[in-house]
Amino acid sequence: MMTAVPISWFLTLSAILFALGVAGFLFRRNIITVFMSIELMLNAVNLSFVTFSYQHKEVAGHLFTFFVMVVAAAEAAVGLAIILTVFKNRSTLNIDDVNSMKN
Amino acid sequence: MDVILFLIFALIAVVCAINVVVQTHPISSALSLVGVMGSLAILYLLLGAEFIAAAQVIVYAGAIMVLFVFVIMLLNAGAETKKGRSYLIPGAPLLVVFLGLTAYYVQRLFPANTMVTFGGFTKGGPREIGEALFTTYLLPFEVTSVLILVAIVGAIVLARKEIE
Repeated sequence: MMTAVPISWFLTLSAILFALGVAGFLFRRNIITVFMSIELMLNAVNLSFVTFSYQHKEVAGHLFTFFVMVVAAAEAAVGLAIILTVFKNRSTLNIDDVNSMKN
Repeated sequence: MDVILFLIFALIAVVCAINVVVQTHPISSALSLVGVMGSLAILYLLLGAEFIAAAQVIVYAGAIMVLFVFVIMLLNAGAETKKGRSYLIPGAPLLVVFLGLTAYYVQRLFPANTMVTFGGFTKGGPREIGEALFTTYLLPFEVTSVLILVAIVGAIVLARKEIE
C-alpha cells in the first residue's frame, strides 16, 4: 500500500488542466467561456508553482501563486468590464461576430 | 491515504475541467470551474500550502467566480448556438497524445524518490508567507497595489455610462 504521492502526479494533473484550458480557449465561441478557460490555465500554473515549492522546500512558489491570484482578480475585473462594453455596443457574446478589425 | 485523497480530488478536478470545456451554457461552465477550484484547494492543503488553499477558496471560488456569475446573469447569456464540433475530431486525439507524451517526460524527469506526504512541508502558513511577503518580496507587493488601483480605475472607466 503506497501512502505517498509521487510529485510527478501533481505536475501531470497540472498539465492536463492546462491543456483543457487551452482546448476551451481555442474551441469555444462564447466570450465568457473563453475567459473562464484562461482562469483554468492560471489555476493549472498555480498548482505547478505550489508543487515545485514543495519539492524545493521553499516558500517562494506560494508567493508567486499569491501574485498570480492578484493578477487574475485584476484581469477578471477589467476583462468583464470589456465584455460588458462589447455586449452594450454589439449585443452579442459570440467572438466570431466581433471582427471589425479583420478587414 | 494520501494517494486516495489525491486520486479522488484529481479526478474531480479533471472531470469538472472537461465539463467547463464541453458545456454549452456558460453558467454550467462557471459552476464546474468552482468545482475545479475547490478540489485544487484540497490538493494545496495536501502540499502544505494552507494559506494558498484559503486564498484559493476566498479569492478564486469566492470573489472571481461570483463576478463571473454576476456578469452571466446580467447579460442573460444563453447557450452557444453554433459549436466548432468539426475541430473536436482531430483535436481530441492530438490532445490525448500530447498529454501522454507530457506525462511520460514528467515521469522521467522526476524520479520516484520525490514523494509528497501530508505534513512534509510546514512552511506554508500565514506567518511564513507574511514574513517573505514583507521582506524579500516587498517591492512586488507594493507594485501589486498599483496594479489593483489601475484595474479599479480601468473597470470603472470601461463600465460607466457615457456622458454627452
